[in-house]
Amino acid sequence: MSEPGEKHCFTFAEPPGQMPVECGADFGPITLAYETWGELSSQKDNVILVLHAFSGDSHVASHESGDSKAREQGWWEFMVGPGKGIDTRKYFVICSNIIGGCMGSTGPSSINPATGQPYGMDFPVVTIKDMVRAQKMLLDHLGIRRVLAVIGGSMGGMQALQWCASYPETVASAVLLATTARHSALAIAFNEIARQAIMADPKWRQGTYYGGEGPELGLAVARMIGHVTYLSDEAMRRKFGRRLQNRCNLSFDFNANFQVESYLHYQGEKFVRRFDANSLLYITKAADYFDFTTVESSTLTSMANAGIRFLVTAFSSDWLYPTYQSKELVRLLKKNSIDVSFCEIQADSGHDGFLIPSKRLTDLLAGFLRGMRS
Amino acid sequence: MSAMAEMRFDLQVISSWITPGSRVLDLGCGRGDLLFHLQNEKQVRGVGIEQDEDNAAFCIARGLSVLHGNFIEEVADYPESHFDYIVLSQTLQQVYDPEKLLTVLLSVGSRVIVSFPNFSHWRVRLQLLLTGAAPRNEQFPYEWHNTPNIRIITLKDFRIFVRKIHGTILKKVAISSHHHETQGEIVRRFPNWRSTYGIFMIAGGERAGQVV
Repeated sequence: MSEPGEKHCFTFAEPPGQMPVECGADFGPITLAYETWGELSSQKDNVILVLHAFSGDSHVASHESGDSKAREQGWWEFMVGPGKGIDTRKYFVICSNIIGGCMGSTGPSSINPATGQPYGMDFPVVTIKDMVRAQKMLLDHLGIRRVLAVIGGSMGGMQALQWCASYPETVASAVLLATTARHSALAIAFNEIARQAIMADPKWRQGTYYGGEGPELGLAVARMIGHVTYLSDEAMRRKFGRRLQNRCNLSFDFNANFQVESYLHYQGEKFVRRFDANSLLYITKAADYFDFTTVESSTLTSMANAGIRFLVTAFSSDWLYPTYQSKELVRLLKKNSIDVSFCEIQADSGHDGFLIPSKRLTDLLAGFLRGMRS
Repeated sequence: MSAMAEMRFDLQVISSWITPGSRVLDLGCGRGDLLFHLQNEKQVRGVGIEQDEDNAAFCIARGLSVLHGNFIEEVADYPESHFDYIVLSQTLQQVYDPEKLLTVLLSVGSRVIVSFPNFSHWRVRLQLLLTGAAPRNEQFPYEWHNTPNIRIITLKDFRIFVRKIHGTILKKVAISSHHHETQGEIVRRFPNWRSTYGIFMIAGGERAGQVV
């Protein structure tokens, strides 16, 4: 087993054994980046698989050992660690990155072995199901046959749901946070605006920008749009209001005057440094295509028979995946005799609610997981 | 059994009526005391529905399966006869349309257990007679303007109601509770006068012959 404290890579599906993907192609080789925390029990019965949101990576939390990168704070630092909601003294936590991404796994910016050039738009249009299939290969490789819980927020929740649908016998429980069974027209619309911002940037050049200047402006605008959908009216009022940035008067030009403008510019610029524009196109498309409401009824029956327990959590001010969408998912599970708990957390932080430290969320997860072990 | 002793007395009676290993739905499950007891002592697969976020989160963190929401909306989504028992404890008096609710419950559950405070207890009658003011006591601690209890029910009223909705009473017990409602006794003589709570187990008309 791999050492904790570092980012690992697992490569598989080497030709001629490529992995079939939903669009009809066979694809490989595939590399998945992943990290682990805690220790795998001798019975291998303490595994928790954490799945990240669309722009996330495998670095959920800091490691106690390893280089400075490994010790950096992760995106769910308050939830994952010794004595925390997902207690790494009890559980062996794995976080896997996704195919199509740009955080160490195979994606459009990876080199296509057939051409020696980055895939760009030759990368297949992958789906959430494909991402999960690849993650299953990783777990098989690690010798893990059963997972105590799959946990994910936002698009991570979609992956968790797909895990249950694709591999019901592997999953004992699923925790779905601020997620949806399918994108609404509103969510697809925002994703399309983000994609168009990238594709309309002349530097995008049909995705062949690698090695030169990329569509940085387009990608920054795409991120700004994303950030607005992750917040809420209330959170933005609280964080920014109409306050001005480093000035007392309006400038009567088109520079950023308001704090909210400079915040969005900052978020856009920061994102450009770490994310690949083509990956954003591919991943948002995968999220748009996902529709759990169209699963076969036999899949739902398998999930019920496998006895998977669900915890669905919505955040009251999430307008990207509003509470009614979580309830729609809960209703579908209930109608199919699947064990499900649901809680709507009152919070003004919008869709980002699951990433904001909260005792309520921590207690919910810790208690739910404790119930899974007893 | 100390957990049992701390449970509200009507819940202790209800628990004794539930067959081990059955499927139970508890509407308005509060902090989940009944479900927790049933899960640990009777291997019951329970589900609760609870409106209050604090309570719902507390239940989930206790390892119970609980849905945070309005039970009148939530209960309708289950398949027919999904539950062996549905428990509606001390909530009927707060329901706007009891007839509609009970009809749904009798389709989703094989048996429905209902408990409610009895408004025809002699002390209630006497208070109204002597003081002319809306009665207040341990079972009805509110003022008329802030009470959640929008329905006034007596044991007799409920029996008539069950007949009206073509239900059948399978079991009934009248209780008199005291000591913060955790202790009490069964009332056998003049229950409509002497009991503080009534507990009924009912089934839909056509099903009545095949249960219990």
